[in-house]
Amino acid sequence: MAKQLGREQQGITLRGSAEIVAEFFSYGINSILYQRGIYPPETFTRVTKYGLTLLVTTDPELKNYLNNVVEQMKEWLDKCIVQRLVVVISSIENNEVLERWQFDIECDKTAKDESAPREKSQKAIQDEIRSVIRQITATVTFLPLLETTCAFDLLIYTDKDLAVPEKWEESGPQFIANSEEVRLRSFTTTIHKVNSMVSYKKDSFP
Amino acid sequence: MLRGQRGAAARGSAMAHFVFEADLHGLLRLDTPIPNAQLARWQCKAKENDSPTTSMSPMKPANRSHSSSKTPSKTSGKSGSKIQNTPSKAGGDRYIPSRSTMQMEMANFLLTKENDPADESPTKKEQQKAWAMNLNGFDVEEAKILRLSGKPQNAPEGYQNNLKVLYSQKTTPGSSRKNGRYIPSMPDRILDAPEIHNDYYLNLIDWSSQNFLAVALHNFVYLWSYTSGEIIQLLQMENSDDYISSVSWTKEGNYLAVGTSNAEVQLWDVQQQKRLRNMTSHSSRVGSLSWNSHILSSGARSGHIHHHDVRVAQHHVATLVGHTQEVCGLKWSLDGRYLASGGNDNLVNIWPCTQGDSRDYAPVQTFTQHQGAVKAVAWCPWQSNVLATGGGTSDRHIRIWSVSSGACLAAVDAHSQVCSILWSTNYKELISGHGFAQNQLVIWKYPTMAKVTELRGHTARVLNLTMSPDGATVASAAADETLRLWRCFELDPITKKEKERASSAKSSIIQHSIR
Repeated sequence: MAKQLGREQQGITLRGSAEIVAEFFSYGINSILYQRGIYPPETFTRVTKYGLTLLVTTDPELKNYLNNVVEQMKEWLDKCIVQRLVVVISSIENNEVLERWQFDIECDKTAKDESAPREKSQKAIQDEIRSVIRQITATVTFLPLLETTCAFDLLIYTDKDLAVPEKWEESGPQFIANSEEVRLRSFTTTIHKVNSMVSYKKDSFP
Repeated sequence: MLRGQRGAAARGSAMAHFVFEADLHGLLRLDTPIPNAQLARWQCKAKENDSPTTSMSPMKPANRSHSSSKTPSKTSGKSGSKIQNTPSKAGGDRYIPSRSTMQMEMANFLLTKENDPADESPTKKEQQKAWAMNLNGFDVEEAKILRLSGKPQNAPEGYQNNLKVLYSQKTTPGSSRKNGRYIPSMPDRILDAPEIHNDYYLNLIDWSSQNFLAVALHNFVYLWSYTSGEIIQLLQMENSDDYISSVSWTKEGNYLAVGTSNAEVQLWDVQQQKRLRNMTSHSSRVGSLSWNSHILSSGARSGHIHHHDVRVAQHHVATLVGHTQEVCGLKWSLDGRYLASGGNDNLVNIWPCTQGDSRDYAPVQTFTQHQGAVKAVAWCPWQSNVLATGGGTSDRHIRIWSVSSGACLAAVDAHSQVCSILWSTNYKELISGHGFAQNQLVIWKYPTMAKVTELRGHTARVLNLTMSPDGATVASAAADETLRLWRCFELDPITKKEKERASSAKSSIIQHSIR
C-alpha cells in the first residue's frame, strides 16, 4: 500500500509505463474475448479495475497463455522495441480473418536515458484507459455479428533485429481483405502512447 | 468524294449540305468549347451551393457511445460523399468518358519525356517506403511480426457463439406452469406517434396522476386524455431544428416539465396551456427529468445533473457531477431521500438529497457492473432502498440493488437492450421494455426474477415505458412510431374491492383519531 502511494507521487518511469501498458493489454484482450463471444460468458468473472467492472477469464489454459504474452510485452515495452499488438479473430472452419483489433504503440525512446520520472497522474492515465475500454465494450453496437465459432490470435510487431524468443514464431500480418475500419481513442503515459482501432470484414450486402 | 456527294445533294435540299459541312468544320476545330461536356469542378460546386442537399446523412449514430470526435461516424461520411457526386454522365464521349478524371497533363508528360527504367525503381521504392513510414509511424518492412506459438485452448465443442444465440433467439414457448392470471397478449389500444425520435437516450412519454399521457413528438408535446381520448397540443418549439428531449409530470399532475435539445428546461401549466418558466442552466440537451416535490432535477448530455427549485427566481440550486457522458436515467426515490442516475458511461450513481460536509454533493453509491448505458432506473415502491436498473445493448442485464448496503441483490440476462423498467405493486412484478430482436415487453416476478410473460407487437425497438395512475395499464412508445397500451396489471374485481375497502378503512380510522 505504501509502495503504491510512493509510486503515485513519484511520476511515471519507463518501467512503470511498461507495466501500465501491459496491464491495459491484459484487460483489453479479456474484454474483447468476452464481448465478441469468443469464449462462453460463464467462463468469465468480474473484477474491478480502472473504476470499471471488467470481465476476465477463469479458464486456466487461456489465463496462462495471456500471462505469457503480457509478461513478454512488459519486457519488450521496457526496451521500447515493440510497435504494435494485434488481436486477430478468425473463423475456425475456414481460417478467414473476420476482425482485427490493432493497438499501435509509440515509444519515446529518450525515456530510456532519463533518470527522472515524468509528470502525469495515475488518475489521468486511468481515466484515459477507462475511456478506451468502455469504447471496446461499446463496439458491439456496430460490429457485425460473428456468425461462426471463432478463434483468436495475438500478433506482436517488433524491431526486425530482435532475436525470436522460445515459444514464439514469425508470422504474416493476417490482414482482412475487404475491410471497414474504426479508430478508437488513444491513451498516453507520456512515455508510451497507445492508439487503438478495430477493422472488420465488410458485410457482403450493403 | 466529298465534291461528288455535295454535287448530288445540291440537287435535293440546299440546306442539308451546308449543315453537314458546318458540322465537319466544327468537328475539326479544337478550340471551340466542348458542347456537352461535364461542368468544371468549380461550376459543379456553385450549382450545389444553390440547391443544398437536405438529406445528408440519414443514419443517426443513435446509441453508439458518444466518444470523442476522433471516431468517425462511418456511414455519415460515406453517404455524405455519395450525395456530392459528380453530375450525370452527359458530358464525355466514347473514347474519353470523363475528361476531368483523366490526368491529361501527367499522361502527356510520361509519354513524351525520356524515361530511364533503371532509375525509376529505386525512387519508387523509396517513395513507397516514405509513405509506409507516414502511414504506420514506423517502417513496416523493418518490423518483425511474432506470434505466440501453441494456440490457446479453443472454446469447448458445441459452444455456439453467444452473440449468434442472442440475436437469433426464437420466441420462447409458453411456460408450462399456469400464470395464475390472464394477461392479454394484445394491447388495449394503439396510438399513432409520428415523428417520435428514435433515440435511446431520450425520455419522451410520461403519464400524469390526472390520467393524461404526455408524448413528445419531435418539437411538439401532445397530451392525450385516457378518459376521453381527447388530444391537446400543449406546445410547439419555435425552431423546427430543435426537439423535445424529455417530459416529466409533477406528482399532482398540473405542471409538466419539458427538457429540450437546446439545453432548456421549461415548466408548463397544463390547465392554462401556458409556459410558466424557461430555465436555462445546462450547456447541452436535457435528456432526463425527475421531480421531488418542488425540486426538479435535470440530467444533460454533458453528464451534469442540476437541481432546480422552481419556486424561486434563482432556480439552479445545485450541480451534481458524477457522469462523464449523457445522463439518460434519472429517478428520485419515492420517499425523496435518494436520486438514482444512470449514464452513457455505464455508471449508476445514488445521490443523497442533502449536501455532504464539504457542501458538495457526492454519490453515496456508484455501481459499475453494467457494461452498457443505463437508462432504465426504477425504485421499488414497497421495499425501501431497493433499485432496479437495466443496461443497453452491450450489457442487456437487469440488476436489483440494495442502495443502503451497495449489494447487487439479483442480476438477470434479458438478452436484449433494456430501455425502461417499471415496478407493479398490484402483483409484485417488474416490467421491462426491450429492443432488438423482439422489441418486446417482459414481465418478471419479484423477487424470483422468473419470467411471467412477454408482450409482443412492436415492430421496432421500445424506447420508453410509463404506467397509468391506477397501476393497471402500461404504455410503451417505440421506434415504430406507435404507442401501445397494455392492460397487464389489472386487478381482478374482488381484489380491487378489497383494496378499496382497505384504503377507505384506513382513511376513516385517521378521521376518527383526529378530533
